[in-house]
Amino acid sequence: MDVVLSQLMTGLSLASILLLVALGLAIIYGATGVINLAHGEFVMLGAYSAWALQTFLGLGLIESLVAIFAIVAAFGWVIERIVIRHLYHRPLDTILATWGIGIIAQQAIRLTVGGELRYVEMPKALSSSVSVLGVETSAFRIFILFVAAALFILTWYLMFRTSLGIKLRAVMQNREVASCFGINSDRVYSMTFAYGAGLAGLAGALVSPLKSVSPEMGTTYVVDAFMVVVLGGVESLIGTVASSVIIGEMTGFLAFFSNDTIAKAVVLLAVVVLIRFRPQGLFATKLRS
Amino acid sequence: MKFTRRGFLQGTVGAGAVAATGFPHIWIKDSSLARAADGEIKVGVLFSLTGTTAIIEESLNKAAVMAIEEINDAGGINGMKIVPIIEDPASDPATFAEKARKLVLGDKCVSVFGSYTSASRKAVLPVFEKRDNLYWYPTLYEGRECSKNVIYTGAVPNQQQDDFVPWLVENFGKRWYLIGSNYIYPKEENNYCKKLLGELGAEVVDEEYVPLGHSEFSSVINKFRNEKPDVIFSTVVGDSVVALHRQYHAAGLDPQTMPMASLTTSENEVAAMGADAAAGHFTSAPYFMVWDSPENQKFVDAYLSRWGGDKVTHFVSEPTYFQVYLFKQAVEQLAASDIDPTTIREAVKGQEMIAPQGKVKIESSNLHTWLWPKIGQCQDDGQFKILQQSSDWLEPIPYKAYENQVCTEEGLKET
Repeated sequence: MDVVLSQLMTGLSLASILLLVALGLAIIYGATGVINLAHGEFVMLGAYSAWALQTFLGLGLIESLVAIFAIVAAFGWVIERIVIRHLYHRPLDTILATWGIGIIAQQAIRLTVGGELRYVEMPKALSSSVSVLGVETSAFRIFILFVAAALFILTWYLMFRTSLGIKLRAVMQNREVASCFGINSDRVYSMTFAYGAGLAGLAGALVSPLKSVSPEMGTTYVVDAFMVVVLGGVESLIGTVASSVIIGEMTGFLAFFSNDTIAKAVVLLAVVVLIRFRPQGLFATKLRS
Repeated sequence: MKFTRRGFLQGTVGAGAVAATGFPHIWIKDSSLARAADGEIKVGVLFSLTGTTAIIEESLNKAAVMAIEEINDAGGINGMKIVPIIEDPASDPATFAEKARKLVLGDKCVSVFGSYTSASRKAVLPVFEKRDNLYWYPTLYEGRECSKNVIYTGAVPNQQQDDFVPWLVENFGKRWYLIGSNYIYPKEENNYCKKLLGELGAEVVDEEYVPLGHSEFSSVINKFRNEKPDVIFSTVVGDSVVALHRQYHAAGLDPQTMPMASLTTSENEVAAMGADAAAGHFTSAPYFMVWDSPENQKFVDAYLSRWGGDKVTHFVSEPTYFQVYLFKQAVEQLAASDIDPTTIREAVKGQEMIAPQGKVKIESSNLHTWLWPKIGQCQDDGQFKILQQSSDWLEPIPYKAYENQVCTEEGLKET
């Protein structure tokens, strides 16, 4: 019983990290249709921002979260203004463009900060373990779980309860018609892109105390994030949450009862099979075509 | 004199014969000179400066370059300067092979110092074997290789484990959890570890391999909690080491009751993961930066003043440094006209020197190195505390896990 509970917690923790990384991607992909291969580099930039704020300004991780969101969101906004906005009607070209931006970001970090592995100090108050339902769990992982949940609720609120969200959903359904009604779709797109990038930056900052920070760290995250988004169904926030939990729990249990190598392969296989029979993902928003 | 067709033909054949015997003579002279021409000895330095393993290989490049500079400043080898030709193989085995060919064939180097990963060593091996050149490999590795074209100055499994495993069993207990990255090095190390554990009557509760570059260890840590092993024997490499230690630390596990015993965690990895996550865990290696000897003091001081005070020396950069000196000692024995990879190989056999870690020697039979295994425990300041050094230097036996195989001067012998 203990084992099952502790594995459930582990799965949730994995799911919360997946959700953090995938949420920004889901919003960008869902809203603008841009396949953002530079998403992993936004995660990486968030981790490096956390490292830089800690090393040069002595700021702890929690105090710097707002600043990190702002830094990476600003970076995302600039990228959108300079490159992405010229490519909205050429979705395939965005793959190449964002991939190139990813490589440039990696090498820029390597050249300026250096290739060494870095780490970010864990907040002192969260560096112990706590007992949840009789299961010993790292306090920091619980913290990530709460932050992921909070960010999800915030995102949901922004999309469904604010005027920016209404405009965004209008633009998602039909950009031309929305523009005719006076919505500045250009502005909506760049705000969405910046918000998605900021979320990725937060994800990077939050995982950095648990993992190593290096210029290449984003590559693995972008693969996982795409898996989540594709499985959950694009344009569906609930789908992103559900598929994070499914993939997280599946990985956790498989890794416990066999090992991580097999878990990775089996999860990928399961997603491929599922997509074969349900190409629109688990939760597809019904749209009139 | 009458000019006839026959006479003309005889004349040209004669001239041709003179030319034919003459040219090879010129070429032989040239090729012998090329090895050590104009008082210069060319060597290759082949460590990645870009790509995934550049993080560590950059420090090896620095150690080799520093040793070459020191030798040249002290007058070179019999008055000849060592000229390093530095190439960047970009962490890619195919590029390693290409650059090795360039160094051996194009630049006519008499030796090449290089490689961190086994994959890159295996990739250049055919180049050096085909041209009978010499490759100097500084990294600890999995053993099970026998080549007359590689000088190995890092530890093989018996040199890291013969003291370490019994010591851990005695101090912590007999239930072991083996965790490694999923490739040849951890599997061979664990092979030998299981052999030793069997002899000691200890038990392996689990043996697990994670993908290279893996960074999510929460399931593995749950297994640690569940199995409660006495020792976690880790051969995880690269950025996974950092993730494993940081997550172990975050999970609140205690190194006093369940320490990680590693063959791969050096000062370099500790700097990347932070001392708080590394403190209390154990590493076995022939060299630690804090080792107290005049030779090491000199090495560390020179390294820090040459490359920057925030740098560290570690158990791969030290062999990179001393192997250049072994190269120098070997070449010193030779006349300038005799300098050649094969003569250097013969001269380096049995060569001894006082390295920063202690007195080392190249074993004639297998071209590996006699080393001084030590056991260190990581401290809060990111340095190791040396708990024990082996009582004598230890012979390298690259096939120790395979009793019917022995590496000899003639090659691998099966019995």
